[in-house]
Amino acid sequence: MLYREAGQFKTTYEADQAIFPLRQDRIGIAVIAALAFVVVPLTATDFFLTSIMTPFLIFALAAIGLNVLTGYAGQLSLGTGAFMGVGAYSAYKLTSIFPDANIIVVLLASGFFSAAIGVAFGLPSLRIKGLYLAVTTLAAQFFLEWCFIRIPWLYNYNASGAIEISQREMAGIVVTGPAAAPLTQYFIVLCVTVGLTWFVSNLIRGRIGRQWMMIRDMDIAAELIGVRPLTAKLSAFAVSSYLCGVAGAMMVFFWLGAAEPSAFAISLSFQVLFMTILGGLGSLIGSYMGAAFIWILPVALRVVLPSLGFDVAAETVQHLTSMIVGALIIFFLITEPHGLARLWQLTKEKLKVWPFPYG
Amino acid sequence: MLYDIFVDPFVQMAAQPDFLLQVLWEGFVAGILYALIALGFVLIFKASGVFNFAQGIMVVFAALTLVGLHEHGVPAYLALILAIAVMGLLAYTVERVVMRPLVNQPEIILLMATIGMTYFLVGFGEFVFGGEPKSMITEELGLPTGSTAFQIGERGLLILQHIDIAAAVIAIIMVAGLGIFFNKTRIGRALRAVADDHQAALSVGISLNQIWAIVWFAAGIVALATGIMWGARSDVSFALEIIAFKALPVLILGGFTSIPGAIVGGLVIGFGEKIGEIYWGPLVGGGIESWLAYIIALIFLLFRPQGMFGERIIERV
Repeated sequence: MLYREAGQFKTTYEADQAIFPLRQDRIGIAVIAALAFVVVPLTATDFFLTSIMTPFLIFALAAIGLNVLTGYAGQLSLGTGAFMGVGAYSAYKLTSIFPDANIIVVLLASGFFSAAIGVAFGLPSLRIKGLYLAVTTLAAQFFLEWCFIRIPWLYNYNASGAIEISQREMAGIVVTGPAAAPLTQYFIVLCVTVGLTWFVSNLIRGRIGRQWMMIRDMDIAAELIGVRPLTAKLSAFAVSSYLCGVAGAMMVFFWLGAAEPSAFAISLSFQVLFMTILGGLGSLIGSYMGAAFIWILPVALRVVLPSLGFDVAAETVQHLTSMIVGALIIFFLITEPHGLARLWQLTKEKLKVWPFPYG
Repeated sequence: MLYDIFVDPFVQMAAQPDFLLQVLWEGFVAGILYALIALGFVLIFKASGVFNFAQGIMVVFAALTLVGLHEHGVPAYLALILAIAVMGLLAYTVERVVMRPLVNQPEIILLMATIGMTYFLVGFGEFVFGGEPKSMITEELGLPTGSTAFQIGERGLLILQHIDIAAAVIAIIMVAGLGIFFNKTRIGRALRAVADDHQAALSVGISLNQIWAIVWFAAGIVALATGIMWGARSDVSFALEIIAFKALPVLILGGFTSIPGAIVGGLVIGFGEKIGEIYWGPLVGGGIESWLAYIIALIFLLFRPQGMFGERIIERV
């Protein structure tokens, strides 16, 4: 009864093709937006913002980026971490070349560098498929990581070899650097993530998104009915790397404040891949859920385990967390290989008829 | 610039042939070890279509079990047998808990499951054995540790570590043993049948579950051998896990399903990596070992997408 579409008639094409055609969905999204934009800023502590909400949103954007490539276009990539790194390093270079530029513009521009690199490493996908492609994307991962270490120009010849973000202001408000308020940073990350999600959701509903899905479902068949694999695959790589690049730039600018090349190592790629897969391949809401699950679970375990009376060393907690996360991933893959998005889908089906057994 | 890339390295090679031989030997040993890891991957991929990302951590885990048991006062050879038993137990558990419920899932899900296993084993291994590096019990296992120097020409010198020779010999024995196992024994034939066609194998009464447990066990033994060899060259620690990433280009070069491919690929990558690092590495600032293998494999794959010995991929709509 809670989630019935009966009685909601669409009288225009616009209404039929709206992103949220159901009234319940619109109410739900309004509630979530109110939570994110009003309730969280009013109630959250700085710890909650910096260690949970901001990274969650950043990872959600990265997971959406990978989802475009893996979930929608069917190209498995293990180089996400490096593409995020490209975004971070190009944003850093852009801010040092144009110190007065608007930071948001810099962020959004840095994604284009990442997209270009992504297209270059996406070229093999025209010949190579499946797991072989996944391994070749590791070439991007290791090569770019090497570049971050060995090309001093990228980090302005710092002695530390890391990129550090200096303090910058936007309209009189400090947005980056140690002096920036977590709340400001949270708002910027939230706006960018939501804006780009909206953009991607429209892209996916459009011509190009449908081409990606055709390539994913069967590339030869798609080619036969007139989808050009070159444009479809490379545009997927471009959009995906763009989103990952912006996420990487935000990660350094609004969350970490400084980053070493090891921040963009293969473990980051795996983390984002887990978010995408556990959230659900080919689902944007799933990317959010996956990011929340993978990011918040270890943080929660770190907080919960000691408070339950297990008086254990910090190291042990870390080992246990690794074990529990690994076991839970396997458990989730076994119980619901289509991810959290699928669980949400099933819940909605149940809600349609609830509290009656049949609709 | 062009001279530096195309001429100078060869001039250097010709100038110091003994050094070149040393580099080639290093490359050969590295290649053999990569081939061993790749072999573990191939065994499992052939029989179950699972791309086993956990092979690297299995290497570490096996070596740690061996060393850890020995530290607790278990004699070396008994520890070796116990480590094999632990790998058997692991294989059984993996088959029962992870692989059986995930049968018929898409390959990416299986890949993810093995990455999940990696997380679990890293946490478990560190929890049980601690995170600090341990040294491999090379002497206790009766492996040679010295080195021999050969005089080459008038002033040249070639130094061979005995452990490297032992590694090469053991790897060759292992590959030969696996070859005999696959071709001559009943279980080996069943394994190949499963690799060819799951359903056909099932229909003639081969138990898939049993076969999978066996291949995971075989991969575990290969992992133990790799762990001993690799651990003897450096310490046994979780840093060894990254050698799994070294083995991946070997795999795509050789093809996921081919044992000869794993060996030839391993040697190509081993030689290429060492020669590239020594002679061309300084041009770009060194450290190119981490990605050179991938680039070699990538370029090769552009011309032959299924790897050197991989089964030809035929696609139909």
